[in-house]
Amino acid sequence: MRRALIWLPLAVFAAFLLVFLLGLGKRDDPAIRSQMIGKPVPAFALAPAVPGHPGLAAADLARGGPRLVNVFASWCLPCRAEAPQLMALKRRGIPIDAVAIRDRGEDVAAFLRDYGDPFERVGADPRSQVQFALGSSGVPETFLVDGRGIIRLQHIGDIRPEEVDAIHAAWERAK
Amino acid sequence: MLRMVPLPVPGRIVAALAFVLAVPALAQSALPPSPYAYTQLPDPRQEAEAKALMETLRCLVCQGQSIADSDADMAGDMRGLVRERIKAGEKPEAIRRWLVERYGEWVSYRPPVEPLTWPLWAAPVLLLLLGAWLARGRFRRRRR
Repeated sequence: MRRALIWLPLAVFAAFLLVFLLGLGKRDDPAIRSQMIGKPVPAFALAPAVPGHPGLAAADLARGGPRLVNVFASWCLPCRAEAPQLMALKRRGIPIDAVAIRDRGEDVAAFLRDYGDPFERVGADPRSQVQFALGSSGVPETFLVDGRGIIRLQHIGDIRPEEVDAIHAAWERAK
Repeated sequence: MLRMVPLPVPGRIVAALAFVLAVPALAQSALPPSPYAYTQLPDPRQEAEAKALMETLRCLVCQGQSIADSDADMAGDMRGLVRERIKAGEKPEAIRRWLVERYGEWVSYRPPVEPLTWPLWAAPVLLLLLGAWLARGRFRRRRR
């Protein structure tokens, strides 16, 4: 018994080593996924962020057809990189609404003028309250909401050109 | 051998200009922070409740800091959310539940007791028992 116990610290060390070695191979994913997938959009009503677009309320997202909700901001650089992909999704007939986080009307207007305007409704979320309600942890993020107002998908980060098809397919499936 | 090579004069001027003209990349919003992001609640008891909760909520963009410690815009907005809800009479644990519902247990620094976390809670007790057992053996041997 005593003799066997002598090996215990080495065994514990080896166990730790194994855990760490296995951990080295894991991809680090710092994204915090929303737990709201499969749940209804929480109630909210946002004032218009920019002239020419109505504001956005939860009820607007349960009107029979699936829609995308883009959480963005004019001060967010990846949002600029994402703009062409949103335009492409719009050209494919996908309705897109938006929530502008901590943004000023004139900045949003300039952003839409410079990088394209794929949005139907744009709600202003000056204190990130709707962002928190959706379980979103940054900009840009894109949610797919089906016709009954159930959140079906969360895309974290900017939509890359190679991801447009997958999002289009998810939208078709949500019909 | 590695050594620093001084830039030729025109290069140095360009480098100096680049430093002078550099502006921080746009990564933060131009809007003022949420009213309760940096302002305490008028009622000290409520503020104490809010502070205690904020210290156990994790910042979403500056992972590893609590929202009480972080200067990120988003952490400020989260402090605003906590203080406003406490002010409206909501219980701190209800606010924690609301956030956990959205972000998972990840957002809370206080791990719940559940099958996945029981080793975390049991480890100190087990280690203490192990230590007592080892110490007992030592004392016994010495007495002999």
